[in-house]
Amino acid sequence: MSALTVELVAADRRVWSGEASFVRARSAEGELGIMPGHTPMLGVVVEGDIVIKTEGGERTASVDGGFLSVDHDNVTIVAETVTEQG
Amino acid sequence: MGAQIREYRQRIRTVSATKKITRAMELMAAARVVKAQQAVRESTPYARALTKTASAVATYSNEEHPLTTEKDDVKRAAVLIIAADRGLAGGYNANVLKESERLVARLTDEGKEVVPYLVGRRAVTYYTFRKREYAAEWTGFSEKPSFEDARAIGERLVKDFVTDTGEGGVDEVHVVFTRFVSMVSQEPEVIRLLPLEIVEGVEDPEQGEVFPLYEFEPSADELLDALLPRYVNARIFNCLLQAAASELASRQRAMKSATDNAEDLINKYTRLANQARQAEITQEISEIVGGASALAEAK
Repeated sequence: MSALTVELVAADRRVWSGEASFVRARSAEGELGIMPGHTPMLGVVVEGDIVIKTEGGERTASVDGGFLSVDHDNVTIVAETVTEQG
Repeated sequence: MGAQIREYRQRIRTVSATKKITRAMELMAAARVVKAQQAVRESTPYARALTKTASAVATYSNEEHPLTTEKDDVKRAAVLIIAADRGLAGGYNANVLKESERLVARLTDEGKEVVPYLVGRRAVTYYTFRKREYAAEWTGFSEKPSFEDARAIGERLVKDFVTDTGEGGVDEVHVVFTRFVSMVSQEPEVIRLLPLEIVEGVEDPEQGEVFPLYEFEPSADELLDALLPRYVNARIFNCLLQAAASELASRQRAMKSATDNAEDLINKYTRLANQARQAEITQEISEIVGGASALAEAK
């Protein structure tokens, strides 16, 4: 199965983009895990951490709330402010 | 005669001091305008992602959202004027304020009451000097706006937009700002921010793109509720960034011509001073010659 193309975008810059195997985010209705082949979806992301699993390891970033869209293995996470950790 | 040379030299000194200042401002503006342009570029992925999401949701949600609904009877119109905090930027402030006056006149002609919202100290002093009322002001960030600034403005405008007209709310929101076309061209522009027209986004999604059948979490309408205010903030942010880049480009140009003019003046005064010095020497010589021949004749 192909990998996810992930784009993490803050209001004033593109924080990160690249290939990933798994994305975890906190949505309005609970934790949300996205793997390749996920149904197209649009969701609200609430304040919390975004975890992106890549070949090189995990990346964590905290966001203050925003949106997440999944569309043919393209994942876009949009938030007004994004703080990268580690 | 000596007094005149002194005067010219004094002028040369003051003009060179001014030239140093304008040169420094020119270089500073030049360095900052590059950063400002970069900030405009870096904010586009966000705007594009939001526009795409908004149009995707709008396609699936039939419900009329308060922020997109046109009001039949527009009584009060808000005008957000984005000017600079400082002058010394050529016609930058004058142009944006002139454009805003035109818009205010047009809206007044249409029978709407205009409520100004001001960004930048120059806009504020323009209004206070004329003793005009305005609803709100934001200052201190015109050269380097942050997203928090845009959010503060956006929240206030959205709040006033959803408030009833009778209670101090407004029915439409217009923005006057300066679009950064290129380093040599910046144009004042008016956009209508609210009610929203998503089609005319900051960055339109590619034409003919078909949206897949999305799953919404939570419902499409709730998503729209959360999305539209952010969309407003993003558009305001984009306007602020373009205005900042325009301001710096105008300042750079204004300061460049000020430096050039200072150089011309220095050249002119140097010539005059040289002429005065030469005249003085000539006069001294003729005095000596005159004095000597007078003495010779007396013998």
